Amino acid sequence: MPTSPTPSTASAAADASGGFGAVVRHPLFWPVVALVALLAVNTAVRPGFLSVSILDDHLFGSPIDILRNCAPLMLVALGMSLVIATRGIDLSVGAVVAISGAVALTFIAGAPDPASTTTVFLAIGMALVLGLVLGVWNGFLVSVLGIQPIIATLILMTAGRGVAMLITEGQITTVTSAPFKTLGAGYWLGLPVATLVAFGVFGLVALLVRRTALGMLVESVGINPAASRLAGVRARTIVWTVFALSGLFSGLAGLILSSNVMAADANNAGLFIELDAILAVVIGGTSLAGGKFSLSGTFVGVLIIATLSLTVTNVGISPLVTPLFKALVVAAVTLLQSPAMRRKLAERTRRRGRTAPVPPSDKPADVSTDKVVA
Amino acid sequence: MTTLASSRPGAPSPDRVPSVGRRLRVDRRYLPVVGTLVVFVLLLVVGGARYDNFLSVGVLANLFINNAFLIVLAVGMTFVILTGGIDLSVGSVLALSGVTAAYLLQAGVPAGVVIPLVVLVGSLIGLLVGAMVHVFEVQPFIATLAAMFFARGLCFLIAPESIPIDDETFVALASWDTWAGGQWRITSSVVIALVVVAVAFYLLHYTQFGRTVYAIGGGEQSAKLMGLPVARTKVLVYVISGTCAGLGGLLFAMFSRSGYSLTGVGMELDAIAAVVIGGTLLTGGTGFVLGSVLGVLVLGLIQTIITFEGTLSSWWTKIVIGALLLVFVVLQRLLALRRS
Repeated sequence: MPTSPTPSTASAAADASGGFGAVVRHPLFWPVVALVALLAVNTAVRPGFLSVSILDDHLFGSPIDILRNCAPLMLVALGMSLVIATRGIDLSVGAVVAISGAVALTFIAGAPDPASTTTVFLAIGMALVLGLVLGVWNGFLVSVLGIQPIIATLILMTAGRGVAMLITEGQITTVTSAPFKTLGAGYWLGLPVATLVAFGVFGLVALLVRRTALGMLVESVGINPAASRLAGVRARTIVWTVFALSGLFSGLAGLILSSNVMAADANNAGLFIELDAILAVVIGGTSLAGGKFSLSGTFVGVLIIATLSLTVTNVGISPLVTPLFKALVVAAVTLLQSPAMRRKLAERTRRRGRTAPVPPSDKPADVSTDKVVA
Repeated sequence: MTTLASSRPGAPSPDRVPSVGRRLRVDRRYLPVVGTLVVFVLLLVVGGARYDNFLSVGVLANLFINNAFLIVLAVGMTFVILTGGIDLSVGSVLALSGVTAAYLLQAGVPAGVVIPLVVLVGSLIGLLVGAMVHVFEVQPFIATLAAMFFARGLCFLIAPESIPIDDETFVALASWDTWAGGQWRITSSVVIALVVVAVAFYLLHYTQFGRTVYAIGGGEQSAKLMGLPVARTKVLVYVISGTCAGLGGLLFAMFSRSGYSLTGVGMELDAIAAVVIGGTLLTGGTGFVLGSVLGVLVLGLIQTIITFEGTLSSWWTKIVIGALLLVFVVLQRLLALRRS
């Protein structure tokens, strides 16, 4: 099952196809090494790090924490992967996260019975629809008006937090609602509900894009929108759809985040989540130049970022310094994956006289070619 | 510039068709900037009509004083965006420079050493970014994202708390001001910002380096084929942006008399917004440094109007800037469509 988002099967598949060299050349090799290294550091600092126990009828332990904490980022990064695959980028996800949380909590806080399931479902529905609408808006700017994705989503990124503050009237809205709390902090079958939701959506989308032609169409639009259109691919619809999905997933992420703390903070909810998501996608080996994406890579990337955050606190460094480590990880991974470095590695392999296939070189990150194509 | 644009290979050459430009009598290249100017004047008129004392020299002078650091950031950002790149690190580098300055001054290092040093910190980070972008062909977005995280992390490593600045030389420099024409207050920050603008203007329009910057934005491949020093220029624009961010940090430290790790969060977006509102296209090759300055002034004026309004909450600033950004981007797009 090559489409499975689990790293172990992916590297196992590579292993089966051609020994150690193939494993090293597998796009997920370095990200998985980074993840394992992070886990190793944690275990070295705190030997019981990887242990999972059962407490209050649910699983408990650092790995479960990582799985729960990474849920919002997983959803956002999923949407981001698809958007980036079409050569776009969505900077507005953090703002959508804030708006979605703000809408849901303001609605629940204003409802006569905050604890009723109907209220909660209505709130969740509203937030999701709004997320979708915001995504559709981004998609409209990009696919119909033809505005560059980075600037089109920058508009919502700037205005979105203002809108979120407008909804919460500048306050941090807090509510008490047991059914809503389940989404972010509850457990089902011993596992966090947030994780189940995020992984479920992730698996569903992974299945959808890789078992149908959808993923290929998305990639073809990313490689050359004009050529795809001429070949009969509805490039506009596809670009529009991925932005809409990104908005929807961000809305869901916003619900999970706000449900976890039971508060809507328009200023800080999902702050920098767009950067984390882009980071996760890039670490996973998806090229920002579009045209190819790896959801399993994004999956590993998200786990790396979630583990990294936990590692920093675990090792005893102030969490404020976390950005420094993120920078080092992203620098290391992008440098290893960079076209220049790959060329050098390929040259070295050739010089050794091995008939190893040259790794697929990335499209040159050249502005002029992009323009010609666009 | 026109020759460079027409030499772009295979491009549909939607930009700057001279005949249409002549018909409109304003050079096409200046249209976006003219639009910004119109918005600026409109804002002044609206403000002047709504509030007493709005159209005073004091308000305009304060516009420059309060936004000196943003002007410097936007100038640096203009260089990068003109080549078709982007610099997300400027907000963090600004914070890093401010925190480093405050930390060193507190440690007793003389201001004469600290000031050039912290600007150099910015240049150094710019150099690192430039090397990543050029040598390793990492996309500018990712390289500067890494630099952004890196600088922000360093800030907290140096000082998680806000450090006050009470070094005499530094305070004296920060509080120096003069009154032009008796009423127009000019502080040292404004002088520095204006010098930066003048130098940038000269570099972009009167040197070979500036022409190369435009050429790279117009089409990197053609610039390379023309034998222009693409590699050096691409690294240099990030060094310039980093230096500007370092200088901006110094100005912000002078403005706030302190260094704090959380300053400048999201400031890169303000700088990018100012550059875009100022008429520079994010695809590169088109735009003016003076437009960016005008963009900063428009942002500042929106802030001022919302302050004058009093009853409007601060979040309206973000919504209005977002809306303005939308209008400008859509207009630019329509202009580009009409050309082709």
